[in-house]
Amino acid sequence: MDADSLLLSLELASGSGQGLSPDRRASLLTSLMLVKRDYRYDRVLFWGRILGLVADYYIAQGLSEDQLAPRKTLYSLNCTEWSLLPPATEEMVAQSSVVKGRFMGDPSYEYEHAELQKVNEGEKVFEEEIVVQIKEETRLVSVIDQIDKAVAIIPRGALFKTPFGPTHVNRTFEGLSLSEAKKLSSYFHFREPVELKNKTLLEKADLDPSLDFMDSLEHDIPKGSWSIQMERGNALVVLRSLLWPGLTFYHAPRTKNYGYIYVGTGEKNMDLPFML
Amino acid sequence: MPQAFQAEEARLGGMEYPSVNTGFPSEFQPQPYSDESRMQVAELTTSLMLQRLQQGQSSLFQQLDPTFQEPPVNPLGQFNLYQTDQFSEGAQHGPYIRDDPALQFLPSELGFPHYSAQVPEPEPLELAVQNAKAYLLQTSINCDLSLYEHLVNLLTKILNQRPEDPLSVLESLNRTTQWEWFHPKLDTLRDDPEMQPTYKMAEKQKALFTRSAGGAEGEQEMEEEVGETPVPNIMETAFYFEQAGVGLSSDESFRIFLAMKQLVEQQPIHTCRFWGKILGIKRSYLVAEVEFREGEEEAEEEEVEEMTEGGEVMEAHGEEEGEEDEENVVDIVPKPVWKPPPVIPKEESRSGANKYLYFVCNEPGLPWTRLPHVTPAQIVNARKIKKFFTGYLDTPVVSYPPFPGNEANYLRAQIARISAATQVSPLGFYQFSEEEGDEEEEGGAGRDSYEENPDFEGIPVLELVDSMANWVHHTQHILPQGRCTWVNPLQKTEEEEDLGEEEEKADEGPEEVEQEVGPPLLTPLSEDAEIMHLAPWTTRLSCSLCPQYSVAVVRSNLWPGAYAYASGKKFENIYIGWGHKYSPESFNPALPAPIQQEYPSGPEIMEMSDPTVEEEQALKAAQEQALGATEEEEEGEEEEEGEETDD
Repeated sequence: MDADSLLLSLELASGSGQGLSPDRRASLLTSLMLVKRDYRYDRVLFWGRILGLVADYYIAQGLSEDQLAPRKTLYSLNCTEWSLLPPATEEMVAQSSVVKGRFMGDPSYEYEHAELQKVNEGEKVFEEEIVVQIKEETRLVSVIDQIDKAVAIIPRGALFKTPFGPTHVNRTFEGLSLSEAKKLSSYFHFREPVELKNKTLLEKADLDPSLDFMDSLEHDIPKGSWSIQMERGNALVVLRSLLWPGLTFYHAPRTKNYGYIYVGTGEKNMDLPFML
Repeated sequence: MPQAFQAEEARLGGMEYPSVNTGFPSEFQPQPYSDESRMQVAELTTSLMLQRLQQGQSSLFQQLDPTFQEPPVNPLGQFNLYQTDQFSEGAQHGPYIRDDPALQFLPSELGFPHYSAQVPEPEPLELAVQNAKAYLLQTSINCDLSLYEHLVNLLTKILNQRPEDPLSVLESLNRTTQWEWFHPKLDTLRDDPEMQPTYKMAEKQKALFTRSAGGAEGEQEMEEEVGETPVPNIMETAFYFEQAGVGLSSDESFRIFLAMKQLVEQQPIHTCRFWGKILGIKRSYLVAEVEFREGEEEAEEEEVEEMTEGGEVMEAHGEEEGEEDEENVVDIVPKPVWKPPPVIPKEESRSGANKYLYFVCNEPGLPWTRLPHVTPAQIVNARKIKKFFTGYLDTPVVSYPPFPGNEANYLRAQIARISAATQVSPLGFYQFSEEEGDEEEEGGAGRDSYEENPDFEGIPVLELVDSMANWVHHTQHILPQGRCTWVNPLQKTEEEEDLGEEEEKADEGPEEVEQEVGPPLLTPLSEDAEIMHLAPWTTRLSCSLCPQYSVAVVRSNLWPGAYAYASGKKFENIYIGWGHKYSPESFNPALPAPIQQEYPSGPEIMEMSDPTVEEEQALKAAQEQALGATEEEEEGEEEEEGEETDD
């Protein structure tokens, strides 16, 4: 959610039950403003909160002019001091995929994972158990990256692409209509498209190149991993991800208000196919 | 270019930009011809525009801005229509200069000749301009909007709204203007069809806000109402939970309060509490935990259809023998020895897992529905499956092992589990009522009643956060059997003795069933089992910056979404979540039962294979021979069919 409209956004996203306490809100308002100034971001988003056992991580993201460029992620334990996280690499993701369980809440905590590695010693080949240490910071980075790639969404029409390349915020976006807001195809993944080129030519002919340049949610696997609901007596449409429980996207139809927030334990729901 | 334009228009059918404009499209309703003065102004503006066009496109937008102060650009629209009419009459003039867009930019004098009755012969350059304008004004079969009109709309919009840096939003504005032309705002006579459900919901919620039908708003009414009401102070609870960062927004909480007030008025309720919210795929549930007044026994108990007995199909030999006596077979099909496992009776109302009654509704304003009591079979099955709620109470729960009930029962079972596991209170808030008898005497069943401790002083917040021993469970733990108090399933009731087969009990499996024991009531949380080296509870202070005024918050790691707060003498529990337990490993569904065994062959029953056709024919031939020889009795050859029992 945009740091500029933090209070309203938190209010709208509160249907999932998790929000922020007033003291956190107050400190966020101030500190995110300073982050924007210091790092010269165009927009600062409050990404959400990852619940750990000892402490919680508060995550923010900064965007530059081009909305689809890789975002910079910052984390904080107390909503006042923010530290920049390194960008996620494939290696990091692969490494932390073996770690399961809750986050500790301490960024320097190291998970130990025993791996069997073949070691050549002279002529003998035997397997040795090597304990690999994975830092919690690495795990945090990869989890945030995975969540972003999988479930960060924006409504159709909120961004538009110019022929020169960069993606801009559409200032004339007035919100989706009620009938559109209930369809999954009106929401896009907030990332570089991967499925777009797989569409048939017929489908591509119907697309508008300046607005439909990202993947829509329609073809997400598994099917049914999004829950669309109207709340507040039909005045708010809320999408919740069932794959990463804790991600809430809200949008008030016919207005400019939209945003998403993740408040959860940072674990993927691998049991989803059993639960549908 | 025109093709792209039209293609865009054709595609516009899928999207809609609501027009938040200053009534711009309404000006395009057909209007009567205006007076001369406006027309002249309009002419002037158009001529200036065309002049700029000729001087170069880019300069047009920039120079237009300073030129136009007053009057507002509305007359352009009217003039536009006027123009269209003129041109549609087909000005068939003499020799044309080629209608080449490049020729548009020839310099010429001021704009159009004044329209009077006689149109003088236009000069070639003027003709070129007119042609250019005619080209711009042409419309196609697909749409009525010409480029000229569209540009006029666009410029009008820009001048009205004066966005910052218009060039950068030009494309968006372009698109929006086109949209608005094709999607004018609905007039005031018709209701917006899309907003109908919203308005209906709003009406329902408005009904919440009106005072209950009770009478005038006199002083006496006020006094009566200020008395004790079973509705809890939800706003206060919501405030404290907000300090912890949990809970719904304050207006939602207020609506829930009103909805509970409505519930209290409709049902004979003694105490009630907002239990929490369970999220579902299509809709969510708001759950209220109530206790009826003494003696108001629910007659609706009988309405709830009894779950089929023998729903526990996980048993290996669960099968129902079809006793087919249809065929007049001489042999009697042996009766099956299998008996369905005894059904564990559900707990009485107001005790154990059924201590409270639960009402659910999807949104405040909608009617409350009562959930049926939970049976042990449902709890046992609910532990084995993991399903999302859809939001509709009558959805069947499709799972393996099959759940005995529909979503309402599943919801009730999960509520029971969550309540049993996560309802906590500070140590000392509740105490056992003073009765004789130790706990051991009761055979481990423990006490099941508690009362509020009037001398409770409150535990300092810091201590509550530090140690889990300061919190206790005040709901009974549910045993593996599915109940809170253990019941021996093999105890024969009178009914069973009548129905039971004559065989001795010794044939049935082991009779010794161990009594199940669970932790007694008011056990501190420090005794809770760990989840794979993970503490089952996390405590926090709500605000580390001001510990004097903060609240102690306890969060369950076993049931994510269950929170409890305590501050001074107050405490409360709430659950907001999906309704599932957390487990660090993935969910393993129950495996299907092993393959059933066939009936063992024994002396009385033996399975033989059917004879083949050749054998039968050979036999038949032999028989005929024998018949021909003796003509005596015929052997019923149906002995081939051995007795096979159904499996």
